[in-house]
This record gives sequence, C-alpha cells and structure tokens, in this order.
Amino acid sequence: MRLLRLFLIYLRIGLLYELQYRANFWIQMGKSLMNLVVALAGVAVIYGHTDHLNGWEPAELVALLGIFVLMTGVLGVVVRPSMEKLIEDVRDGNLDFTLTKPEEAQVLVSVSQVRVWQLIDVILGPTVSAAALIHMGKHVEMQQAAIFAVTLLAGIVILYSFWLILATVSFWFIRIENIFMIFHSLYDAARWPVTIYPGWLQAALTFLVPVTFAVTVPAEALIGRLSTDYFVLTIGLALTLSLVSRLFWRVGVRHYAGASA
Amino acid sequence: MKGLFGDIYRTLFKIELAVMFQYRAAVVIWLIGLVLQPVIYLVVWLTVAKAQDDGKVGDFDASSLAAYFLIMMVVNHVTFSWHMWEMGYRVRSGTFNALLVQPLHPFHRDIIQNMAYKLLTLAIVIPVTALLWWFFEPTLSPEPWMWIAFGPAVVLAFLVRFFFEWSLALLAFWITDTSGLNNLYMALFFFLAGRIAPISLLPTWGQAIADVLPFKVMLAFPVELVMGRLSPDQMLTGFATQFLWIGLGWLTVHLVWSRASARYSAVGA
Repeated sequence: MRLLRLFLIYLRIGLLYELQYRANFWIQMGKSLMNLVVALAGVAVIYGHTDHLNGWEPAELVALLGIFVLMTGVLGVVVRPSMEKLIEDVRDGNLDFTLTKPEEAQVLVSVSQVRVWQLIDVILGPTVSAAALIHMGKHVEMQQAAIFAVTLLAGIVILYSFWLILATVSFWFIRIENIFMIFHSLYDAARWPVTIYPGWLQAALTFLVPVTFAVTVPAEALIGRLSTDYFVLTIGLALTLSLVSRLFWRVGVRHYAGASA
Repeated sequence: MKGLFGDIYRTLFKIELAVMFQYRAAVVIWLIGLVLQPVIYLVVWLTVAKAQDDGKVGDFDASSLAAYFLIMMVVNHVTFSWHMWEMGYRVRSGTFNALLVQPLHPFHRDIIQNMAYKLLTLAIVIPVTALLWWFFEPTLSPEPWMWIAFGPAVVLAFLVRFFFEWSLALLAFWITDTSGLNNLYMALFFFLAGRIAPISLLPTWGQAIADVLPFKVMLAFPVELVMGRLSPDQMLTGFATQFLWIGLGWLTVHLVWSRASARYSAVGA
C-alpha cells in the first residue's frame, strides 16, 4: 500500500509537470495512434495472404497486439523513465538524495519518473484487445479472466525486474544506455506470437530478454490457449526474477560510492 | 580544385572512421535492430508460406523469401542514414555552428560520416549475413548483367534516400521537433519501400501508391533487380526513376539550404 501511495504521489507530480506541456498530449496521441495504425496495417497485409498464422486468427493476433501496446505503455509510463533516471543518477551522484530518504530506495527509484501521457497506450492497448475479443464473439469465463490477470501481472513483474537488473548493472559499468537498445530491438519481436520464430530466436526472447512472458503468454491466456505448464513457469519466473533483482539491487547499492563526494 | 576536394574527403573520412571506432560497442548494438526486423518479417512470411498448399505466397517460395529479406537487410544497411534524427538536435543545441563555419557544405560531412559508418560495420554485417544465409538457405540465380547493374542501383538508391532524408532534415530549421514527421516517413517507408513485404505482396492499391512515390527505388528496386525479377525494361525504368528523384532531391536541398542557413540563429551562441 505504501508503494501505491508513493506511486500516486509521483503520478501527481508527473501530471503537474506534464500539464505545463499540454501539447505533448496530442503529440503522444498522434504517435500512439500512428504506431497502432502501422501495426494493424501490417497485420492486414499479412492476413491478406493467409487466414491463420501458425494457428493464430487475425482477431487473435489483434488481441495480442493490444497486449503488446499495453505493455509498451506500462514500460513507458513508469518503468523505463524511472530506470533511465536511475542510471543517470548513479552517473552524476544524485542517487545520494534518494538513498538518504526514509523510504525503501528500491521503491523510490522504481517510481521516480512518471510519464503521464504514455498512459494513452495503457488505455489504447486493452481497448484494441477488447474490440478483438468482441469481434470474435468470444465469451471470457471468470476463471480465464483470472488467469489472464495473473499472467498480465506476472508479465509486468518480469519486465520490471528485468529492467531493474539491467539498470543495477550501472553501479559497476557507468555507460549502459546501449544495453537498453538491445532490449528495444528484441522487444519489437514480441508483437508477433513467439512460437513462429526459429528455436534460437525463441530462446533469446525467452531467456535473454523475457518478452515471451510479457506479451505472448498473457495473450494466450486471454484467448484461452495457455498450457498449465507455461502458466506455472510464468509465475515461477516472475517470483524468481523479482527475488533475483531485489538481491542484485542490494548488492549494487552496497557497491555505490557516490560520484561527487 | 578537384584534387583539393578529394583530399578533404579522404581526410574527413579518416577522422570519422577514427571517431566511430571509439564507439565500436555501440555500433555493434545498433546493428541488432537493423538485423532483427528483416528476420522477424522473414519468419512471419515463411510461416504464411508454410501454411499454403503450394508453400508459396504470391510468387515467392520459402527460399526466395529468404533471399528477398536477407538481400533487403544488406541493401537497407548500405542505404540508410540517420541525419534526419540528428539535424533537429544540431539546430536546437547549436552544435551546427561548428559545421557552418567550415568551408564545406555540411551535406558532404554527413555523406562522409555515413560512408565511414558503413565501412566499419561491414565487418559485422558480412559475417551476420553469411550466418543467416546458411540458416535460411535462400536461392538466388541472377544473370551476370543483373550483378553488374546491382552495384550502381544500390549506390543510386543510397543517393535517393540520402537526398530525400536530408531534405526532410532541413525542416528542422523551421519546426523545432521533427520526430513526428520522421516517424511518419519511417511508417511510409516501412510499407512502400518493401520492408514489411515484397511490394508485389501488398494490396493492389498499395502497389499503385508505391509505384509513384520514391520509396520503392530506395530499397525494393535493387533487391528485385539482383533477384532476377525485373526485365531489362523495368530495370531501365528503375534507373530513370532513381535519377529523377536524385535530381529533384538535389534541387530541393540546393534551394532550401540557403534559406535554411539564413534562418539559422545559432542557439546557445
């Protein structure tokens, strides 16, 4: 609950900050809509030549796309900006101020930046998925919805933990923005169901950068084709990664020596 | 004069190469994105082809799809540029000042920088392409004249793209944030230059649009040429179109540049 309260405070600060630049809302809106149109047009071009992609019908793929957009939004609202701020703070020593605050530092650095306008993707994504489900005439059972919610949450935890581990690396290596580039490149592959990729790429998307669990798995849960194995694996990975990132963070903080002092 | 110009090019090329070499790790990382997207769409199309009864999409089978996307990856690497993303920063931050006082059009500086980057990255692009070539097993059987025409087609494609993107970059002198326009350009390029799919797999109206815009000759034309999918007539039309767009691009840069630099007020000075 403390986390939620802190997050809301930072959300308010972020909102107050962004309200100075109201035009950014329209810019972000334009960007998000254009990305969506490009993605949907891409799906349309491909389904112009087939009626299913490795078992995925067009509407199912659009549902997956919605989850991809949602996850992009979740990353963009708080995870990515906060982590980028973290590595910047480590570099110039501003992390001192965070560490001296009477609140768990991991929580503080994880919500320190909130990009309010990115919430557009958080709203747009589920809307697209819902539209796809309605188009399919699919009735989502309570149990299935619960499984979906759990995998979605697990996916967010996995992505967050992964980013925290990456950002924590900056305690040892100062310049690591380029590692983020690797993530961005590989994350783009998640807009298609990972089962279509050859083994080596699937492995990279599962173990190197765990985007499989963030997008494909929740989408499969939503359309009701997730196997129990993967469900358990996803939860297991979420728990493991959050634990590992937590431990790694603590080791990293102990290693932090400030930059200016 | 000719000799002096050659000297400038040679020297600046050496400098840019040395600068790039300092960032070799970053250079490698940028390449991942460049390689990954063609591989993603190759895999998507291979999946589509596999699901068809005859194993073909349009007139592409698995091995010609592989050939298309891998050659496209290389041609895209050779022809792409990043200056339209950089120009806005240069104008806003005032780093453009240093380039403006030099007795050389900044256009040349960017061309040289681009060439240095391409030369350096070839060391990675070639082995990566070889590896993917081995993995996806494309087939390719062009006539000798197609190989000969391929080189000039790629160089001209680079020039079309460079002039177009540089013209786009010049907008940064009037609009503070050009990233929206750049994104729009990239979105059109994605469909109409043949990145998402060979042009012939687009819906007919999409193909009609692709025919009248310059995107096709920036990327798809050289690829289809070396794959032996073009008749000599189509090849000549392609070259003519490339020259036409280069001419228009040169004219645009020429006309806009003097106004743009006159407008420039050197932020931060």
